[in-house]
Amino acid sequence: MERAGIAPRPFRKGDNMAKKKQLVENLVHGLFLLLGLITVGCVLLITLYLVVSGIPAIREIGLADFLFGRRWASTAAEPAYGILPFILTSIYGTAGAILIGVPLGFLCAVYLAKMAQPGIRNIMESAVSLLAGIPSVVYGLVGMLVLVPGIRRLFHVPDGASLLAAILVLAVMILPSIIKVSITALEAVPREYEEASLALGATPVETWFRVSVPAAKSGIAAAVVLGVGRAIGETMAVMMVSGNAPNMPDLFQSVRFLTTAVASEMAYSAGLQQQALFSIALVLFLFIMLINAALKAFLKGSKEG
Amino acid sequence: MLNNKLSGERKAYILLMKALMLFSVAVTAALVLFLFGYVLIRGLPNISWELLSTKPSYLTERIGILPDILNTLYLLLATLAVGLPLGVGAAVYLTEYAGNRRLVSLIEYAAETLSGIPSIIYGLVGMLFFCQFLRMKTSLLAGALTLVIMNLPTIMRTTQESLKTVPQSYREGAFGLGAGKWRVVRTVVLPNCLDGIITGCILAAGRVLGESAALLYTAGFAHAVHGLKEGLLSPGASLTVALYVYAKEQGEFAVAFAIAAILMLLTLLINLLAALVQKGCKRRTSQ
Amino acid sequence: MNNIMTARDLCLWYGQAQALKNINMDIAENSITALIGPSGCGKSTFLKTLNRMNDLVPGVKITGQVCYREEDIYDKNVDVNQLRREVGMVFQKPNPFPMSIYDNIAYGPRTHGIRKRGELDEIVEQALRDAAIWDEVKDRLKKNALGLSGGQQQRLCIARALAVKPSVLLMDEPTSALDPISTSRIEELAMGLKDRYTIVIVTHNMQQALRISDNTAFFLLGELVEYGDTQTMFDQPADKRTEAYITGRFG
Repeated sequence: MERAGIAPRPFRKGDNMAKKKQLVENLVHGLFLLLGLITVGCVLLITLYLVVSGIPAIREIGLADFLFGRRWASTAAEPAYGILPFILTSIYGTAGAILIGVPLGFLCAVYLAKMAQPGIRNIMESAVSLLAGIPSVVYGLVGMLVLVPGIRRLFHVPDGASLLAAILVLAVMILPSIIKVSITALEAVPREYEEASLALGATPVETWFRVSVPAAKSGIAAAVVLGVGRAIGETMAVMMVSGNAPNMPDLFQSVRFLTTAVASEMAYSAGLQQQALFSIALVLFLFIMLINAALKAFLKGSKEG
Repeated sequence: MLNNKLSGERKAYILLMKALMLFSVAVTAALVLFLFGYVLIRGLPNISWELLSTKPSYLTERIGILPDILNTLYLLLATLAVGLPLGVGAAVYLTEYAGNRRLVSLIEYAAETLSGIPSIIYGLVGMLFFCQFLRMKTSLLAGALTLVIMNLPTIMRTTQESLKTVPQSYREGAFGLGAGKWRVVRTVVLPNCLDGIITGCILAAGRVLGESAALLYTAGFAHAVHGLKEGLLSPGASLTVALYVYAKEQGEFAVAFAIAAILMLLTLLINLLAALVQKGCKRRTSQ
Repeated sequence: MNNIMTARDLCLWYGQAQALKNINMDIAENSITALIGPSGCGKSTFLKTLNRMNDLVPGVKITGQVCYREEDIYDKNVDVNQLRREVGMVFQKPNPFPMSIYDNIAYGPRTHGIRKRGELDEIVEQALRDAAIWDEVKDRLKKNALGLSGGQQQRLCIARALAVKPSVLLMDEPTSALDPISTSRIEELAMGLKDRYTIVIVTHNMQQALRISDNTAFFLLGELVEYGDTQTMFDQPADKRTEAYITGRFG
């Protein structure tokens, strides 16, 4: 018996309305799946492009000559395409930035995570976020006008645009990520560890450095790796302060990084020269993938430990 | 016996560590103050209405940054307009639809990988794919699309985190009323994670504003004034790229510092906005 | 018998809430004192006043006096780290550091300035023997302490506390997270340590208090209701509330 005015509502799948609804649901599901897969597509696209455009030059120049050649003279009458200077500069530059930036950032993080009063901590955390937000060209500009002349005067070298200037700029640029990730790692240390240490008669400072820090070590290692990634990938700031001559790395010499090698010649390159630039990008990409894998391993370790 | 103070060695260690920590914090604070102070002091006096409202002219040797401001604005709009649906959609798929654990971790791994790739590589691939392969030439649109890929992980992650905080009971409630999945997502889930989406937008805007290496060879260096539609299809320098060109290639440091000061103020603004939104959501979730 | 620790008119507030009310209590040297009472009665809070672990809680206020060997431990000249060295603590949940077994035990002595390898080796072995865990771990001293079972971890934590050579050992429900077999090993261990250490133990387990302690203190709502010889207290409690609690009327 049906009550007047209210039609029976269909609920079986075979009914027309339900069918239509199902169709919409499936469509939407498919659409979202597609959107989800875009990131995967982008990674594949980038990898594909770098490999396809990076391989030809390496084949023509020869892998060993390319990677270990000490001379880069892409526009000479008899061009040479050795990128060892760029590779070493990138490695030294990153190592230098890490050497300065990590202790500074790490000590900052311990202070902010454990010792600082909430007010100071809030202010400093906003300051660190600001530091992270400054565009790299601004770092480059300040570096060009403050750091470069400063180095020239302080060390009596003909030109301050050098590996040292790049290292200092990079050290400042990686500070925010090191501080932030280290704070997160230190906060995650269980309170019980610290209590146990205090109950043994250790002072708070001893407790932070001998118990909390070792307990947070994989998180802090992840911070360092993240810093390495940032430093090795930075382009514009480095381009503005490092001089850009393809020399073998020397603290007070003009140098060129992997990133700046690509950026500085791309505008006017053609033929084998341009292909060689793509090959440099491929090498840089492989470095980054290696670093990513290390980062993932450390983060996994910190979750389990 | 208990008044025995710490041994000299321990005291020295504690003092040393405290001093080192304070030194590091002082250095960091000083760096931030110096960077902002220096750039603003050198840059603000050079900002004039004429600089902001004109385009550069070789005839009168006048420099104006209106085109660069407009270009940055167009880039921002285009990047968010394309990136937002993509990033939010991907996040919705991951948290609401995906059933396959492996697919989820593949997508998340891809996003992590993307966020680790340096911007110069994005610039290069953007040039090859958008400018050359898709025949967009050097244009703001190609630049914006490159920035979309760069910012996908950011928008995705913040949206995802926000989606996870939407209580399961909301979804169950809606499903219990016979709503289909899409309807639940549209009417219950998405409106409740608006703050996450907004945070993602702000973070992405900050990155678009500060990006330069990815734009050099995708969006180019031109300083012409266009409307939005025309502008997207022609090459143009963003504020950051213009800063680079004026400082490194033309030695026009007054203009460079003026742009730097504008960028610093915008950075300040974006950080403030992000903090406000975050504060806003904390208040909401604690209620 | 000497009293190694005494509390006089001890009151404690967490912000506005008073957690301890006028506690007067003497703790005899080389004995085991059990603190019992329902949850939230103040027994753990009292335990933590004995080595000033409450200092870590923000907003704590303490009045009255706690003495260790006749010295007021809340005197401003007292070095809290020295105090905690004399009055060690074992926590409810085993909390070994994420380091090797050896480094866990050596952490305290190293903190207090012992660096020589030979001396450390001796201390580590002695502490592990005292905590009756030496035979189980002597072959894997370099392995991570987190790989031990829960009961082993707790005995390791006891060994770690012993390695700084305290006189008093505070135990905050040390067996509540453990299985019965591990529990009985810890109880045996506590009784064995009594000759050389003074032990104050908080427990929820009446049987445990009866089995191992010499004196028992019953806390209720921040007050010390009754304190005395364990046997006497369990046989003939003087206070109605004590009787009600130990016969299980409320818990």
